[in-house]
Amino acid sequence: MSVRTLPLVFINLGGEMLYILDQRLRSLNTSEDNSEKGVWSDNDRSRVMNDIVGTLFNRAFMDELLKPQHLYSHRTMKTVLTRIAHASIMRLNAASMDRLYELMVMAFKYQVLLCPRPKDMLLITYNHMDAIREFVQDTPVIVNQVDETHRKIIEVYSSFTEGEFQLLRQTLLIFFQDMHVRVSLFLKNKTQNPNGRFALTTSGPVPHGSDVPGLIRLFDCKGREVRRHGFPVAGSYSSSIRPGSFGLQGPRVIRLGLNMYTMSDTEETHTSNTPSVKADESPNLLAKEELNLLARLMGSMRAEDRVEDEAGTFRVHLFYTDEEEDEEEAGASGGAEKPSFDLINIQATQDEHVTSELALIAGQFTEAEENSGNHSDNREDLLAMMDDL
Amino acid sequence: MYHKEKSLQIKNSASALYNNLGVLRIAPKQLTYFTVVHANVVNMVSASWDGLNYSHRQLQSKEPNVATSTSLIMQAAFCALPSRDLLVVTSQKGIQIYESDGSIMVYWHALETPETPTETAVFARGISAVWENYICVGVSSGAILVFDIPSKGTPILNNTNCNLCLWKSGEEFQVLNKIPGFDMSCSSVKLWKGTVVAGYGSGQIRLYEAVTGILHAEVNAHARWIYSLDIAPFSGLLLSAAEDSLVRVWHLSMTPETNTVEVAHLHNECVTDTQICGAKFCDGDGYAFAVTGYDLSEIIRYVQP
Repeated sequence: MSVRTLPLVFINLGGEMLYILDQRLRSLNTSEDNSEKGVWSDNDRSRVMNDIVGTLFNRAFMDELLKPQHLYSHRTMKTVLTRIAHASIMRLNAASMDRLYELMVMAFKYQVLLCPRPKDMLLITYNHMDAIREFVQDTPVIVNQVDETHRKIIEVYSSFTEGEFQLLRQTLLIFFQDMHVRVSLFLKNKTQNPNGRFALTTSGPVPHGSDVPGLIRLFDCKGREVRRHGFPVAGSYSSSIRPGSFGLQGPRVIRLGLNMYTMSDTEETHTSNTPSVKADESPNLLAKEELNLLARLMGSMRAEDRVEDEAGTFRVHLFYTDEEEDEEEAGASGGAEKPSFDLINIQATQDEHVTSELALIAGQFTEAEENSGNHSDNREDLLAMMDDL
Repeated sequence: MYHKEKSLQIKNSASALYNNLGVLRIAPKQLTYFTVVHANVVNMVSASWDGLNYSHRQLQSKEPNVATSTSLIMQAAFCALPSRDLLVVTSQKGIQIYESDGSIMVYWHALETPETPTETAVFARGISAVWENYICVGVSSGAILVFDIPSKGTPILNNTNCNLCLWKSGEEFQVLNKIPGFDMSCSSVKLWKGTVVAGYGSGQIRLYEAVTGILHAEVNAHARWIYSLDIAPFSGLLLSAAEDSLVRVWHLSMTPETNTVEVAHLHNECVTDTQICGAKFCDGDGYAFAVTGYDLSEIIRYVQP
């Protein structure tokens, strides 16, 4: 299958992660939240966004992703995205990372599934990148990183045929297969059914380059049309709308990939667990290869100098607890499994845990000198280090 | 015209691959075999005609010489030749040929894949039985691998490198015609009575005269990518299925005197909230057909009353 999926996967999943984190952090910026201590100021939020975007769009990391390679497992993906999230002052425990990952993946699955033409996956990616630029607009250095990545993406993917894009899309669909986690926002919008499957419409504009169904044309041996007649379509389609821009800027036209959380309430970033097929938990025979990839990817992320955070520890709820969730779910899913929720603590502490192994690997990829970790963690095994995340 | 029958459950859901449904009718045993691909596994269901017996089997794409390989399967298709029926499975790593019930692998051909992934993907896809004893499989480089199938024993590879559309098969293959793609991706092709029927990513179906390449008919059939086409040879029924959730049944008729083709629409079925990836007639008359969809763990069946 396709060997060009990783850059698009990381940018789109990373983008969804930023949308969710942004929305949650904004909702905690009021006095109505349940946090026990302190609030997240605009400054804190901005800092988190800058740190995460800076890490995601780090040049060495992106260059590594842009090399032709196969798509790796959910486990690896989640590990690297966790590491990216922890490049900021935010800390998420395993349970919240699991929930966050489910939300991100279901959103991206929806976007890929409903993508009108395979090539439009680039427009979805560019929607995410446009929004990411806005998050970091006050930090020109990071905006430049995003722009540079955008140029590279254009360069790599502009020569793809529709068939190659469709292969890429099919590879992603295999990656998302059998995931039917229900998302409150989707259930509310009716984009997702109570059984977790997305709603597909048989109406609306056809993709750019396609014709509205309903016509049969017959030709003679000289190529002249001799007859045309219609047939019942069982759907109501209209002509395609203008195509979006595939450049650095411009209206993307497609709405997939835009921030769906900005218009909605704070309760929307909820998921509930259906008894869906779990990811394969059996030992991954490709573990060694994946760990090597992981080491390369993590090593290429810049670990920046940190200033001691004077504010101390902030304990924050990222996702609300059962009572409010029950009210919402009762309407949407009627009789389905009670969602499981954990109280999620976000700690805003310093993380000087840059292990010596990472520093060594990082030295190969980054220009600046890494801060070698003072943390005496005695981890020799890369695998053991990953367990720690 | 058709009504829905009891669905067949399969062990895993279907992956979003073109032509992701294989059907083989075994009249002597009163059985039909179905194959559906899920990632690196082929799910086989064998259903008795009286509807009472079902059995399942799974084939995993594991190459004999690679210990830890999770090679994704591109396609599984039955090839019904006069002398024998075979099941062909193609993947990123190569081509495997099994007995039609999936019990024994009779041949394995490895694709030459470089150690590190190259710019473009390498895989095999596009399986067809040709004439008396050939099976042809397309490769991503544009080549077509041709296998000689003896009535018993091991197939032999007879390699041919050619970018093309139509061959006449006889003692050897000769290029007859090339049909231009018009910048549209073609996902499914069928040949019937000298006519090539092709399904495209634009949702169009086009009918060409095979030998001359003349365009006979053009149908704006679907609003999304066509994933599967099938023809019932005895009746001239055509089945098309697409990501737009619709399966359509058409009737093709040829008028040799005027060298024209007529296409008539007969029937629609909508599989709600599903992107269809495989649709096949279950018999040569088109009396029944079966459908698979992405993320669906069943084979949906429709039959004429």
